[in-house]
Amino acid sequence: MCGIVGLFLKTQALERDLGRLTSEMLEVMTARGPDSAGFAVYGVTQPGRTKLTLRDAGARDAGGVGFERVAHDLGQAVGADLALTVHDDHAVMSVPDARLGAVRAALSSVAPGVSVVACGTAMELYKGTGLPARVTGRFDLAGMSGTHAIGHTRMATESAVTTAGAHPFSTGVDQCLVHNGSLSNHNQIRRMLRRQGQEFETENDTEVAAGYLSWRMGQGATLGDALTAALSDLDGFYTFVVGTATGFGVLRDAVACKPAVMAETDDYVAFGSEYRALVDLPGIERARVFEPEPQTVYHWERAAA
Amino acid sequence: MSAAAMVPDREIVDLALTPLREMHARLHGLPQDTNRTAWQILNPRGRHAVAVGLDAPLDVEVQGHVGYYAAGMNQLARVTIHGNAGPGVAENMMSGRVHVHGSASMAAGATGQGGLLVIDGDAGARCGISMKGIDIVVRGSVGHMSAFMAQSGSLVVCGDAGEALGDSLYEARLFVRGSVGSLGADCERQAMTPADRAVLFDALARAGIDGLDPDGFTVYGSARRLYHFHVDHAGSY
Repeated sequence: MCGIVGLFLKTQALERDLGRLTSEMLEVMTARGPDSAGFAVYGVTQPGRTKLTLRDAGARDAGGVGFERVAHDLGQAVGADLALTVHDDHAVMSVPDARLGAVRAALSSVAPGVSVVACGTAMELYKGTGLPARVTGRFDLAGMSGTHAIGHTRMATESAVTTAGAHPFSTGVDQCLVHNGSLSNHNQIRRMLRRQGQEFETENDTEVAAGYLSWRMGQGATLGDALTAALSDLDGFYTFVVGTATGFGVLRDAVACKPAVMAETDDYVAFGSEYRALVDLPGIERARVFEPEPQTVYHWERAAA
Repeated sequence: MSAAAMVPDREIVDLALTPLREMHARLHGLPQDTNRTAWQILNPRGRHAVAVGLDAPLDVEVQGHVGYYAAGMNQLARVTIHGNAGPGVAENMMSGRVHVHGSASMAAGATGQGGLLVIDGDAGARCGISMKGIDIVVRGSVGHMSAFMAQSGSLVVCGDAGEALGDSLYEARLFVRGSVGSLGADCERQAMTPADRAVLFDALARAGIDGLDPDGFTVYGSARRLYHFHVDHAGSY
């Protein structure tokens, strides 16, 4: 199973509603994936600064490191002012681009229990175990705004139910991927990508798909080109939804047994594993509702802000 | 909906107000000779299993899109869906008629044993998979692996068929007016017999489609090479 939702806004009309709409869509997909949930939101950008989404595995215990202390110590270590927004056991740290490398290098010594979930100019990424409504509630997804968002509800098959195994996976700046299905050649592709210098944090098959696209795009491919190449190189069952700083992509394998429904209006492109995830979107009754074809690359780009 | 409200003898169930199970309990509790045959279902909102397991000669109109398995296992009832249908619409239908005014997702009419399924739009992958006597008429196109292991009945496609049409086909007859992406194992183009023509003519007429010349269709059937193991065909199994 697993449920996927995605909302890519073409205009500014719904930007303030992005989080609320995504949250509602995710909750409808609870039955498809009650084990864990996660989402990426492409929100405000600040010129010259990059956002690191951090997760403190111990934050929910009494002995958590405390993000304020981490930001303070990191700021002292690298000589920069690090703005911080805490969302439960995740926090988004705004880092001057020039100090990004130094912050990442210092993080493991300053706060060994804190991991970098994602890095992006626009993207923030949150995930956790438990029912989707609890996960979105903990992070207040409904209160977030932005240009596009991708969410996932997981019914685990290939690896354990852990926060690290929850989707989305991010393996590149402003890039994320969610997956319904299972890949059969992920070990082989992971070995190939590791030789190419791509790093992996889990044994999860989906992380390999994300890493594969990041590797392709790192070599200069567009999102569309990377997805086209994936059709030949990734073997297994998949419906993928992919986000980049300005793009939104959808890809289904040749057999296409993992469901997908899309709706497009002048204001948005929306994705749902099932149509019922889309029923409360504004203007859905006038949307073009369609199923993405198997082995066909779909991607949308919006002009960079 | 306003037109329906003017018809006093029509039962209206609003799924925004009535739980799905309660509606089904009412529908399934009707005797075969009920005179409460006209039903209108509002606000399906993509729910799964809407109007499944009906077994009386009802006339059920569903106003909106439905999710998985709509009108599955139908017997005798006429179910009309004014919207799109998710995977497995009319799966394992025994008799009656299911009409989707929009498009249908994968596995439409799967394992159906009788009755008529009409889809005005397109049907997705594996339309009519393992069909066992149902007649399926699609005004648009069907996706890949349609009529996979289809045993009997007919699949009429007024548009195009995707890849691997009729793979491992038994005795169902497949009629396609447009192009075929590719034929599956043991499915071949055949000459249209008078019996085929009668089946096609009848299916189109029952689906309410006129103006299409049966001669504009090509019929596909089983080459019957996979019925029994033959060592010369080992590579095809």
